[in-house]
Amino acid sequence: MTTAPERSVPKPVFTDAEAGAKQFPDSTARKFNYFVPQKRKQTHYEDVTVEVQPDPRHYLAQGWLYGFADGQGGYPLDWTVLKAWGSDRPEPQRGPGSGGRGYEWPAHGWHEFRDPNEEWELSLYRYNANVVRQVNANVEAAKRAKAFDQWNPNWIRFVAQHVGAWMHVDHGLGLYLFANANRRGPTNMHNTAIAVNSMHLIRAAQDLALYQLTLDEEIESFFGAAHLETWNSDPTWQGVRDLAERLTAIDDWAEAVFAANVVFQPLVGELFRSQLVMQAAPRNGDFVTPTIVGAEEFDFSERDLRYTLALFDLLTNDREFAEHNLRIMNGWLAEWVGRTIPAARALQPLWSQPDAKPIRFEDALDRVKSRFAGIVEDLSLDLPKELER
Amino acid sequence: MSRQSVARAHQKIQELSWEPMYHTPVSHYGTDYTFRKAQKKDPLKQVLRSYFPMQEEKDHRVYGASDGAIRGNMFRQVQERWLEWQKLFLSIIPLPEISAARAMPLLFRNVPNPELHNGQAIQMIDEVRHSTIQQNLKRLYMNNYIDPAGFNSSLRNFQNDYCGTIGRQFAEGFITGDAITAASIYLTIVAETAFTNTLFVAMPAEAAANGDYLLPTVFHSVQSDESRHISNGYATLLMALADEGNHQLLERDLRYAWWNNHRVVDAAIGTFIEYGTKDRRKDRESYAEMWRRWIYDDYYRSYLVPLEKYGLVIPHDLIEEAWNQIWNKGYVHEVAQFFATGWLANYWRIDPMTDKDFEWFEHKYPGWYDRYGKWWENYNRLSTPNGHHPIVAEDVDYQYPHRCWTCMVPCLVREDMVMAEVDGQWRTYCHETCRWTDAEAFRPVYQGRNTPNMGRLIGAREWETLYHGWNWADVVQDMGFVRDDGTTMVAQPHLHLDDPKKMWTLEHLRRMPHLQSPNVLLNEMTDEERAAFHASYVRGGPAGRFARPE
Repeated sequence: MTTAPERSVPKPVFTDAEAGAKQFPDSTARKFNYFVPQKRKQTHYEDVTVEVQPDPRHYLAQGWLYGFADGQGGYPLDWTVLKAWGSDRPEPQRGPGSGGRGYEWPAHGWHEFRDPNEEWELSLYRYNANVVRQVNANVEAAKRAKAFDQWNPNWIRFVAQHVGAWMHVDHGLGLYLFANANRRGPTNMHNTAIAVNSMHLIRAAQDLALYQLTLDEEIESFFGAAHLETWNSDPTWQGVRDLAERLTAIDDWAEAVFAANVVFQPLVGELFRSQLVMQAAPRNGDFVTPTIVGAEEFDFSERDLRYTLALFDLLTNDREFAEHNLRIMNGWLAEWVGRTIPAARALQPLWSQPDAKPIRFEDALDRVKSRFAGIVEDLSLDLPKELER
Repeated sequence: MSRQSVARAHQKIQELSWEPMYHTPVSHYGTDYTFRKAQKKDPLKQVLRSYFPMQEEKDHRVYGASDGAIRGNMFRQVQERWLEWQKLFLSIIPLPEISAARAMPLLFRNVPNPELHNGQAIQMIDEVRHSTIQQNLKRLYMNNYIDPAGFNSSLRNFQNDYCGTIGRQFAEGFITGDAITAASIYLTIVAETAFTNTLFVAMPAEAAANGDYLLPTVFHSVQSDESRHISNGYATLLMALADEGNHQLLERDLRYAWWNNHRVVDAAIGTFIEYGTKDRRKDRESYAEMWRRWIYDDYYRSYLVPLEKYGLVIPHDLIEEAWNQIWNKGYVHEVAQFFATGWLANYWRIDPMTDKDFEWFEHKYPGWYDRYGKWWENYNRLSTPNGHHPIVAEDVDYQYPHRCWTCMVPCLVREDMVMAEVDGQWRTYCHETCRWTDAEAFRPVYQGRNTPNMGRLIGAREWETLYHGWNWADVVQDMGFVRDDGTTMVAQPHLHLDDPKKMWTLEHLRRMPHLQSPNVLLNEMTDEERAAFHASYVRGGPAGRFARPE
């Protein structure tokens, strides 16, 4: 008789190493104890986000270990001219016998920022997966319903050229402004919120590109490459393009986020998406495009703007640098509104292109200006005179 | 989507990129490498339409397993010896992950290939996933494992304990200095392609053998993203190789990145796998065996060597030397001994080795007992307070080591220690390659070539300097490694939690001699004293033994 050799596998062992099995000092200390939560209780978001990016001003006893050629390491606070309380305090100096203690947590006001969307991996994948599923379902349903047959030639051209041109804005800002800025914020909460913002825009760009691919397959007269010429040489778009490029050229990460989300998106993004595409499409027999553009609009208005306001609101109410920050931000407002309004106005010819016209351009512009004024007021900033250009 | 439609979709999204016409995007990060525009393809053709649902599905599996582990009382079967080391590992790893996310923009302006930028952006958000999913695992351990101390303070403690700086290189090396050196060669070509195999595949297997199936669940999910990142690195490397002017820099960076990753990752993961396990089956692979399979065969022979024909100078000597360190010079054992020597400056408990462990080590590493057995017997003897000091202050024939200025793992293989005066300070290095890294590679001129973008080694790189002349009780209090009764230490050199008499407190440390910084003392020596010290140090070891009289 033969016997099978015993397999070599680890054996389960009863260790009784579960919580509560024994009482001893710290046996019930089941909270991360190195930060103060924003509200009474620590949130799941805070637990997985706060303090992952260290700071020599509080716990990072030996300082940063690797620097750029100029000797700067980590995440210098002077990568923006804005300041949070405590920013000017010097980093603790280390030497023989100095000990490792820094300032009491949080050491400076930047660490008080929390993303109101509480974005971390679970939330961002859940949200974006839902969006792409819904977008796919909408497009698929429209294909089955032969919905694109209702489109008139002018609208087909409009979507190919101008909705197509917009995806370049999303892509450029998503990659070269927001993804770039995820290296530059002073805390993990800033950089994670900015990284998620980046993915919203890159996803929105791809949503539009893949939608175009479908239209190319479904509509015989749809010219899928039309957006390239529009983006590259249509005078209507060159103001927006100039502005989008200028946004990616900003050195200061906070100015970049501010200019994009406080100024550009409300005055140009919402003007194009909400006041033109989403208004004109239904009248031209198109119930699909607004759902795709609307997904992006929701990303911005309900999520990206929300964290942006929380970020800058903290700074305009800072206990040490509120005045400094207000002065800087008011300067940014004047500068970027001055550049944005002409770019928005340059889009005006688009309002006359569809057969069935949307609301008048001036009315649309008034609406976004009004919305913009509300954002500015929420941040306690001054409405710049450049808005009236 | 079908494969065909994925390919078409990916082709379509290439239309999104555009060249600026009016303004040049900001360029924050420099490199001394030069690139020509090339149509290198993103081999994975990932589009977000399928990416987000895929990741969500992976999340469902991970979080489903997490719920199952709690409902199934997994922690009744988890080995404390293992989970204690996770207090260190899960302190370290979320930072490298998030640093990899932050590193991606370093490549945007320097690698002129928009198709690769898409891959880099997806890697960015993958890394956000990894960092937060790992923090979440740590949170779960804190809530459900018997001893939350050390998990509950991990992100403070990691940043000031005496091993933390070693692990932090594995993050900071990704985000500063020459953009290609950091975000491509160090991060993707070496750290991700070579060492994530031991981090995310070999180590989780050991976790499962110790009753913890959540670590494999999370880390295998993480590892499934790594293939994308490896492809990003490979495409960038091929672009860099296309310009002969880059070959000298590639040779430099591969030598630095390989050696630093070996020093840091093998130190940590080797210790976790060999000294954190209770699985002593003779036929289970040792870390050395895993290393030979995952790193030597899979990475070196299958990935690196074929690149030689494209002009890449492979550091064959350093790869063989890393193996020599692990197999012949006891590198992992020396590191584990060092971690255990300073148990009191940590925030986890380190279980003594038993006869069963000794037998396994001797089987896997012949000669282990003669080198390390006596010291671990002393560790066991001194593990509960009984009128003696912690082992670091007792006479157990262990010469407290000097730190390596570059990799910050101490100079444990004593014969290899190198000493040099650099930037007006006497520094010690664990190996000539670490001296070269500090004194030659991380400099604005390399072999006569200007390298203005190369990074710098900065910071207070010797932990002991900060506490030179301090009482140990004050050191531990300063770091905050104390439990909620205000006196019992978080760290313990044993696993007994239920007997207060066996728990070390701050009071036990008050009687110890003051902590001394080896580097401060070295710089106080005369030249003659320093030369004599060096001559003696390199005759010491193994296992930290003092040099025997000649």
